[in-house]
Amino acid sequence: MTLVVAGAAAVYTLRIADDCLVLSHRLAQWSSWAPALEDDLALTNIALDLLGQARGMYARIAELDGTGRSEDDYAFLRGERAFVNCQLVEHENGDFATTMVRQLLCSTYQLAQWQALTASTDEQVAAVATKAVKETAYHRDLATDWTLRLGDGTDESHRRMEHALAALWPFTAELFESDAVTREVAALGVGPDPGDLRPEWDAYITRVLGDATLPAPEVSWRPTGGRQGLHTEAFGYMLAEMQHVHRSFPGVTW
Amino acid sequence: MRSSGQIDQGGAEGVPTGSPAAADPVADPREADFQALIDADQRIEPRDWMPDGYRKTLIRQIAQHAHSEIIGMQPEGNWITRAPSLRRKAILMAKVQDEAGHGLYLYCAAETLGVDRAELIDLLHQGRQKYSSIFNYPTLTWADVGAIGWLVDGAAITNQIPLCRCSFGPYARAMVRVCKEESFHQRQGFESLYTLSHGSPEQHEMAQDAVNRWWWPSIEMLGPPDTDSTHSAQSTAWGIKRFSNDALRQRFVDMVAPQAVVLGLTPPDPELRWNEQRGHYDFGEPDFEELRRVVGGDGPCNRQRAAHHLKAHEDGAWVREASAAYAAKHAATTAAA
Repeated sequence: MTLVVAGAAAVYTLRIADDCLVLSHRLAQWSSWAPALEDDLALTNIALDLLGQARGMYARIAELDGTGRSEDDYAFLRGERAFVNCQLVEHENGDFATTMVRQLLCSTYQLAQWQALTASTDEQVAAVATKAVKETAYHRDLATDWTLRLGDGTDESHRRMEHALAALWPFTAELFESDAVTREVAALGVGPDPGDLRPEWDAYITRVLGDATLPAPEVSWRPTGGRQGLHTEAFGYMLAEMQHVHRSFPGVTW
Repeated sequence: MRSSGQIDQGGAEGVPTGSPAAADPVADPREADFQALIDADQRIEPRDWMPDGYRKTLIRQIAQHAHSEIIGMQPEGNWITRAPSLRRKAILMAKVQDEAGHGLYLYCAAETLGVDRAELIDLLHQGRQKYSSIFNYPTLTWADVGAIGWLVDGAAITNQIPLCRCSFGPYARAMVRVCKEESFHQRQGFESLYTLSHGSPEQHEMAQDAVNRWWWPSIEMLGPPDTDSTHSAQSTAWGIKRFSNDALRQRFVDMVAPQAVVLGLTPPDPELRWNEQRGHYDFGEPDFEELRRVVGGDGPCNRQRAAHHLKAHEDGAWVREASAAYAAKHAATTAAA
């Protein structure tokens, strides 16, 4: 494992950056595969926003951990075990229902997180957050609209949404886990403790699923480990594809 | 076997040379006013009267242009997940997204002529409308993304700038915006190739290899030679086509030949040289037989591109149905309220 980041603030920021990068990559995989042109545009739009958010955060991490590394070092030269994104964002796209459920669950979380981060004591993080709030509000709106349409559309779309929710819901528990890192940054005023984002997330998701005639699944399984670099098998394939050109030509400029 | 005149391949991004329907044997009295507008360099708008042949020619040309933008997302999108830096990844995603936007814009322009997008997409799936042959070539390395930006977008711009003055208003206006973005893409492609060419020996080799493969297909993008382009006259009279394929081809070569020198890359044409007397570059004879084969369906990726688009469309059917069902349900609720 290379390129480990030191310091609670840097680790915390890296988690947010990795969430954005990985989700962006997954959404970008939809390019030219969406149900309609408008959806293709919307999905790559979100992917671009998330990529911009990740880049803003990587730039800050390089300063926080004092290494002056580049954004590409973080994205392309870390192995699976050094990524600290949650497992939800790395979940494979599946069908359009799976992608939209994942987007609703993620964007609702990210919006609450960015809103809290606008008050961060880290001015650079707060600046990224201020822009990200506007972008993420649109991501959540789009995912909400699709959840309503697909949940309350046809029998088939409803069934697909139920399957998607059942598959993804267990991965949401990890979003709200607290640990030594989150407690330290919360104490420093750098960012919210994830547990504090839960009530707002619960309220919003419950309302949207209700309007979409979709029952929230009840699950006992709560996979976790992303924040410690433990990922799903699918993630390794994603990284292999994403990193291979960069790693095939060490040290060059692109 | 299609005759060369039937190849709808007049231009970059699939803009055909135009092959209008046979002229109406009974002249419509409104035709004189229509032609007078065009001759005065005025725009024809969707509600204006227009001959059937003009309408049909435009529908097909705009649709093929739109299809080219959409199919063109595939070869470049092929590298989004492998782009070697975050900056290049963002640029490429934005570019492919621009193409989707151009497609949408052009389908809307076609719709002003009384067709709808779903109809045009069906024609694409049935193979009854085509898209630019260039997108039937594979993108094999990262350098292909730069080469497409430089050469393919360069040829597209050469072809499309005159279309900004096309007689049909919605198409001309769409082209103004499309050309601005394409011109930006071409500069990005050039800059990407420049970086590779002036990078490591392996990067330089990758860039040269990409130019070797994309050079001739890009030149062929400007369409069959004028001697084979039998329907240009009517399109020219209608103010749709302003320059011949060969004139545009010369303009394109004159633009990219000196750029290749700056890039430090060698075009795969031993006959390419400046001709002082003509004030233009001389260049070799493109392989129009190959163009004919690729347009006819036997390029390296014709089947793959068509199957990809059809699969995306079919996989999305349940989503479109759900949208329609939801809208109908809620329209009913609103009406009942």
